[in-house]
Amino acid sequence: MLNYVIIGNSAAAIGCVEGIRKLDKDTPIVIISDEPHRTYSRPLISYRLGGQTKHDKIFYRGENFYTDNNVSTLLGKRVAKLNASSVTLSSGEEIAFGKLLVATGSKPFVPPMTGLDNVKNKFTFMDLDSSIAIDGLVTNGAKSALIVGAGLIGLKAAEALLLRGVAVTVIDMAAKVMPSVLDDEGSALIKARLEQNGAKFILGTVADKFDEATAYLKNGDKVDFDVLVLAVGVRPNTELVKEAGGEVGLGIKTDKFQKTTLDNVYAAGDCTESFDITAGKDKILALLPNAYLQGEAAGVSMAGGEMPYDKAIPMNAIGFFGLHVISAGDSMRTDGKVYAEQIKDKSGNVTGYKKLVFGENKLVGYILIDEVDRAGIYTSLIREQTSLSDVDVTELEKSPRLMLYGKSYRKEKLGGQV
Amino acid sequence: MKKVYVNEEWCLGCHLCEYYCAGMNSGERDLVKAFSREKKPLPRIRVEEGTDVNFAVQCRHCAVPYCVKGCITGALSVNDGVIVCDQTRCVGCLTCVLSCPYGCIVRDEEAHVITKCDLCLSRNATPACVEGCPNKAIVLEDRE
Amino acid sequence: MAINYIPANFDVVRDHTRCIKCRVCERQCSNEVHYYDEELDTMLCNETDCVDCQRCVSLCPTKALKILPNENRFRKNVNWRQQLMVEAYKQAETGGILLSAMGNPEEFPIYWDKLLLNASQVTNPSIDPLREPMETRVFLGKKSNEVKYDSEGDLVLSNTAPHLELSTPIMFSAMSYGSISYNAHASLAKASKELGIFYNTGEGGLHKDFYEYGPNTIVQVASGRFGVHKDYLDTGAAIEIKIGQGAKPGIGGHLPGAKILEDVSRTRMIPMGTDAISPAPHHDIYSIEDLRQLVLSLKEATEYKKPVIVKIAAVHNVAAIASGVARSGADIIAIDGFRGGTGAAPTRIRDNVGIPIELALAQADFRLREEGIRDNVSLVVGGSIRCSTDAVKAVALGADAVYIGTAALLALGCHLCRDCQRGLCNWGIATQKPELVKRLNPEIGYKRLVNIVHAWDHEIKELMGGMGINSIEALRGNRLMLRGVGLNEVELELLGVKHAGTAI
Repeated sequence: MLNYVIIGNSAAAIGCVEGIRKLDKDTPIVIISDEPHRTYSRPLISYRLGGQTKHDKIFYRGENFYTDNNVSTLLGKRVAKLNASSVTLSSGEEIAFGKLLVATGSKPFVPPMTGLDNVKNKFTFMDLDSSIAIDGLVTNGAKSALIVGAGLIGLKAAEALLLRGVAVTVIDMAAKVMPSVLDDEGSALIKARLEQNGAKFILGTVADKFDEATAYLKNGDKVDFDVLVLAVGVRPNTELVKEAGGEVGLGIKTDKFQKTTLDNVYAAGDCTESFDITAGKDKILALLPNAYLQGEAAGVSMAGGEMPYDKAIPMNAIGFFGLHVISAGDSMRTDGKVYAEQIKDKSGNVTGYKKLVFGENKLVGYILIDEVDRAGIYTSLIREQTSLSDVDVTELEKSPRLMLYGKSYRKEKLGGQV
Repeated sequence: MKKVYVNEEWCLGCHLCEYYCAGMNSGERDLVKAFSREKKPLPRIRVEEGTDVNFAVQCRHCAVPYCVKGCITGALSVNDGVIVCDQTRCVGCLTCVLSCPYGCIVRDEEAHVITKCDLCLSRNATPACVEGCPNKAIVLEDRE
Repeated sequence: MAINYIPANFDVVRDHTRCIKCRVCERQCSNEVHYYDEELDTMLCNETDCVDCQRCVSLCPTKALKILPNENRFRKNVNWRQQLMVEAYKQAETGGILLSAMGNPEEFPIYWDKLLLNASQVTNPSIDPLREPMETRVFLGKKSNEVKYDSEGDLVLSNTAPHLELSTPIMFSAMSYGSISYNAHASLAKASKELGIFYNTGEGGLHKDFYEYGPNTIVQVASGRFGVHKDYLDTGAAIEIKIGQGAKPGIGGHLPGAKILEDVSRTRMIPMGTDAISPAPHHDIYSIEDLRQLVLSLKEATEYKKPVIVKIAAVHNVAAIASGVARSGADIIAIDGFRGGTGAAPTRIRDNVGIPIELALAQADFRLREEGIRDNVSLVVGGSIRCSTDAVKAVALGADAVYIGTAALLALGCHLCRDCQRGLCNWGIATQKPELVKRLNPEIGYKRLVNIVHAWDHEIKELMGGMGINSIEALRGNRLMLRGVGLNEVELELLGVKHAGTAI
């Protein structure tokens, strides 16, 4: 068989390599990536900037990963066009494939803002190079940063910069932080934790225009900065598939084996849509675990096996200055039962928050802040859509425990003699 | 592969497994010394107590390990069927805590990493929980 | 009120430099001695309720605990020992009889410890049990001393009385389900099967789950007749009529209603929560003739296929009683010495009634021989056989086999705290509380029982080999293998042994 070709070099791509190699140990794999680095963990770019991990620890797989898996890499090369059984690089070179995985990820979305071109030190903080570049600026004396966008990427950048002693201002059009993941209460806790650590928030407004190192906000405020991080949003990279005639919605459409509508072309990761079982519709779930699982499923299919990926759910684990947030499923739904509880310390201060969202006889979403231990038990209830008929829901609300399941489940899952 | 199984019929809920586990993984030979440190050693096994039944649970070393697949850094990996964590690469993001269906990932809050059962392979010993269980409720067996 | 204050028996000594506050002691103590104080961040304890069962000491992962006798002492008085004073206080407070458990712990002579065994030197050389076959198998039951031939002159092998075949002359003595736990019974049953010996239901009936161990079960018929029915009798390998028990000769039994939970109730065939009271005598037995009727009734009910054992306590008249029993049709006589264990007995009776098993055995054996009826029955003794040498000495004094109860319980974890009557056994043995019962995992328990009996069997073979004897049968009643030490003439005569230093 002809080579496997993978466009992309992150979690979905690595998942694909590992998926292929479960079944096919020999056929060569070619990875093409426009980034010059060996596979690294994208979420770690903020940890690297914040000094929470070392440069040599950000690589997603070991140094020998490519050789061990018979993978050749074309790094720093961009695919310009997708053909029926080959891809054309922007250099004009053509690479033939037997099966192709499109794992092109997403690109930052930067709305047009007046004067943005005047800003020299502006970044979208989506790749290692931007992290290295900001690191360099901070090392060389950058003292302040403005972050546009209070989503995951913006806030992780804020945390990293605060850890480096940089004065950070975060602005967002929305009135709260992490609006896509958290409800008001959870959002307030995160905001407070970042504020305790020096972050300044200006919410509910947008930047009107920029000078080289100053932002003028719509609400009249003026913010000076040495570094500007633009983290307003991301858009999936769907162009290659779209131009080749593949079906694209918000993201690239695939079946549960991650196959696109094009022959021999699969797609996985942030560039695709997933069927979110909690929302009952296709969504872009731009999450690393999701990308890996899609990539792995694609890899197995590409190698001739069957490993459907049909349990996608939104989920996030994120932390700021030791305050952890774990959420999964559809935690914003309000049409069913919702259990919410504040977590307090001994002196009665609110330190965290817990919210469980129920659908018909099942758990469909949750948010845990601060007390996050064993959250995966809740995740599993959502992912497996476990019926709560035999589960003591009051106990479930108290804490995630395996005791909640019946004896037979425990026997099956824990393999113990019960 | 031999794994640790818990027979809840015989679990007394004494919690000794947690202490033996924590002690073993503290690197100290002496439990008193291990626990006299400022930072208490962490067990990787947890006893759940019910009204008439108790059981201990630790990493099941799943065939489909969501923790490994979801690990953002590559710190978690499968080594001969045993799921292990390279703490030098872990950043404590807790995606594995989010993913583990059994709630078996343990947070080391101070070190900003996670820790988990490795069947005591890193200590080259019979699992401390198995060794220390006074009622053979925790056993090391090949049941596959 | 100070007048009713009774000092704790024990000091619970905690080495706080070793304690890691894991609270295992707290969780494991059914007497609620240990507790954790959050404010002080330390373990505290209420010593008054400690029974010295050693569970906390055994499980403490840092060995931070010791249980020592409380050194608080009343003024010394040889006559009014502190124990007697405390008992007087208790009775003044409660007005009740004193209850105790397990065997008589008082300072009476232990004849086993004053008997020494012989060994061969030069002549009649000793035998190496690792190189030569050694027979410890015994058959219990009536031995025919006639030899019959048919008209053809061939030996008639039919009509032999039913026997029990034991791989080694040791059996587990009667302990009822109720007095001990389901898991203790499961351990005994499983071990008996593996060892090729027998355990005994006691008077608590036989749980349905253990019917599969019937071929290794002796089913007991006692004065309360609890759990006795056709299937029960048919299932056992032998039937034991319990007349008396060494720990409490002359009185019945009383299992409090609190221990009669669902399973025990079903097994005993009595309502849940009712006290199980075994009368002092069997109300249908007032003579040897009456006993004979029961023996024959049981034989009739089981088609003469099973040997019948009659168990009596070692009392003053034991020899005469044994003679009567041997004539009652019974196949085996079991004699229980005054040190025998119990789940609960009035303290005064346990500590003052009955006689040592060594003397009872020697006398019963003499009497039966004298009367020429020794082969009518086998003799089994219990009531403190503590080790393999006690067993060997018992055989040399005339026993066919021994019953072990306490030793078996020790193998299961018992530490002889002697508080069985409260039903809070921390080792999961003498309790019916499910959370305590589960502490005894029969998989562990049965292996330990198998181990201890195997160990004793090895030792018995070593001792036999030393004496130049290769079959336990040849040791039975062989008093020449025994010598007394530190015994007076009366004792030597009763035992039928010579003093150490006397040659043959």
